[in-house]
Amino acid sequence: MLHQIRLIRDLHSSAFDLWGGYGEGSPSYLFAFFDSAWQDEDVSVIEVRNLHKTYDRLEAVDGIDLSIDQGEIFAILGPNGAGKTTTVEILEGFRTRNSGEVRVLDFDPQFKGKGAREFRDRIGIVLQSTSDAGDLTVYETIHHFSGYYSNPRNPLEVVESIGLGEKKRALVHTLSGGQRRRLDVGLGIVGNPELLFLDEPTTGFDPEARRDFWELIRGLRELGTTIVLTTHYLEEAEALADRVAVINRGKILEIDTPANLGDRSTSLARVHWESAGKMNEQFTDKPTEVVAKLMKEFTGEIPKLAVSRATLEDVYLQMINDSDGEST
Amino acid sequence: MKSLPSTWIMGWRRGMIEIRQFTRQKESVVFTTLFPVILMAIFGSVFTGEISHGVKFSQYFLAGMIASGLINSGFQQLAINIPMERDDGSLKRLRGTPIPATSYFIGKTILVFTSIFVQVFFLLIGGVLFFGIHLPTSAHKWLIFALIMFLGIGGSTALGVAFSNVPKSGRGASAVVIPIVIILQFFSGVFFVFTQLPHWMQQFASVLPLKWLCQGIRSVFLPDAFAQSEVTHSWETGRTLLVLSIWLILGLVISIRTFKWNRE
Repeated sequence: MLHQIRLIRDLHSSAFDLWGGYGEGSPSYLFAFFDSAWQDEDVSVIEVRNLHKTYDRLEAVDGIDLSIDQGEIFAILGPNGAGKTTTVEILEGFRTRNSGEVRVLDFDPQFKGKGAREFRDRIGIVLQSTSDAGDLTVYETIHHFSGYYSNPRNPLEVVESIGLGEKKRALVHTLSGGQRRRLDVGLGIVGNPELLFLDEPTTGFDPEARRDFWELIRGLRELGTTIVLTTHYLEEAEALADRVAVINRGKILEIDTPANLGDRSTSLARVHWESAGKMNEQFTDKPTEVVAKLMKEFTGEIPKLAVSRATLEDVYLQMINDSDGEST
Repeated sequence: MKSLPSTWIMGWRRGMIEIRQFTRQKESVVFTTLFPVILMAIFGSVFTGEISHGVKFSQYFLAGMIASGLINSGFQQLAINIPMERDDGSLKRLRGTPIPATSYFIGKTILVFTSIFVQVFFLLIGGVLFFGIHLPTSAHKWLIFALIMFLGIGGSTALGVAFSNVPKSGRGASAVVIPIVIILQFFSGVFFVFTQLPHWMQQFASVLPLKWLCQGIRSVFLPDAFAQSEVTHSWETGRTLLVLSIWLILGLVISIRTFKWNRE
C-alpha cells in the first residue's frame, strides 16, 4: 500500500512539474484527488523539491528532490563533501537554502518565527561529534535535556535503552568514543521525536559497537520513529535502511532499496573458476546453468569456483565513478 | 497535548546545570572564588597607608576587587566560554532542541550571579577579618549596593554575550578578550586610585561602565567624606545608575540581535 501511494505521488509530482504546478489550464482536479489521497494517509514526513545551496559559488546541494515516509529508515549515502551534511542540516533548520521547497513535518525548517520551537519539539537531532568538557554524568545530561521537551521520555529508560545503564553515574568525559556517541543518540531521542536525524552516527566505532548501535536504531524504528541517516559506510546503509539515496557532488544519483540499488537485483551474476592454470570468468543471468555445465566438464571439485553478484559497494563505487566521469 | 516548559523554567534549569557544570571544575571554582581575595592581599601589602579622609588603600581597592570580579566572571568568562561552546558543538546541540535563546541567557545570568555572590561573600569576610575593612551599616548603602550589583551583573553578562560574537574561534577567544579586560581595569581605577590616572585615561574610562561600577561600589564602602576626593567631588550616584542602565540595555539589545548558536 505504501509503495502504491509513493508511486502515485511520484507520478503526480513529475506531472506537476510538467504542467508547471497548478497553473492555468492544468487539470488540477485530477491531482487534487491524489493530493487528498496521500495526505489522508499522512505518510510523508519530509518533502524536498529542487533544493539548492551554494557556498562561494560551489553548488554544495544542486537540485535535490526527496520524499521520506513515516516510519522509514532513510539513508543518505555519499563520499565526503557530497552534500549529505548540508542537506540534512537544511532539513534540521540549521542552515538556510538558496532555493527550493522544503517541508519537514509540514513545517518549513528555516522559518525562525512562531512554530519553530514546536517543530524542534517533534524532531531529534544527533549531530556529528560534540566535544564539550563533559563535566556532567550520563544521567544528569539526559535528565537535563528531557526538561526542554513537552513530552519527554523517561530519562532512566533512555539511559537503559542506549545501553549506558551501568554508566549512568559516570562523568561524560570518562566515556569511550562509542559510549559518548550513544549518549548523543540518547539526547536525540529523549524528547520522544517523531523524526530522528543521525549524521554519521557510527564514525570511529569498532565493528561490535557498530552492530550494537544498529540494534538500537532498529529498536527505534519499531517504536514508529522515522529516521534519516547519513553515512559513508555501505554496510550500515544495507543493514539499516529501507531506502538509500546515493548522492555525489550535490546531486542525487539514485534512490532505491539497498537490494535494488544500481539494478543490483537484476544484474548478471559472475561465475569464476580455474581451468588449465588460469582464471576464467563469465557473466550470466543463469549462473546455475553455467555451474551445471562446468560440473560436467570437471570431475569432482571445480577448481576455485565462486558465484557472486554485485555488492552494494560495487554498484555504489560504479555510480560515484560514473558521475565523477560525467562531470569532468 | 502537553505544552513546552516556559522560557523561565527552562532558564532556571539551564542556570542549575551551568552551576553544576561549573562546580565540577574544582580548580576553577577555587581560583575564581579566591582570586579577588588574593588580589586584595597583594594590593593590601604593596600599598599600605592612607589615601585621604582616613581611607586606607585596602578599603579603596575593595571596590576595585568587587568590580574586577564582576567583569571577570561575567564579561570575560562569557566572551571566552561562549565561543568555546560554539566550537565544541554544545551550542549547536542546544539549538536543535526547543530551548529559546532567552532561556540560555537566563541560565548564564544565574551562573554569573551565583559566582559573583560567592566571590563577594568571601571577599567581604576576608576583608573584615584580615584587612580591617569596614562594612556599611546603613540600609540605604546596602540598597544602593544591591542596585549597582544588579545592574553590574546584568550588564556584564549581556555585554559578555554580545562580545562573544567577536572572537573568530574558541581557541583565540582569550587572546582577544583578556587584554581588553586588563586594559579596561587599569583605565577604570581597579588597580590604581582613579583620580591619579592621566586625564585622557579618566575621560576615556568615563564612557565605559567599569569606571562607574568602581565609583558606585566605592560610594557604598567608603565614608561619605571621601566623595570630596572623587573627580567631581561627589559620588554621582544618579549618574552612575544611569550609565550602568544604559550599558545594560545596550548589552541586551546587541546580544539579542547578534547572538548566533553556530557559525554557518
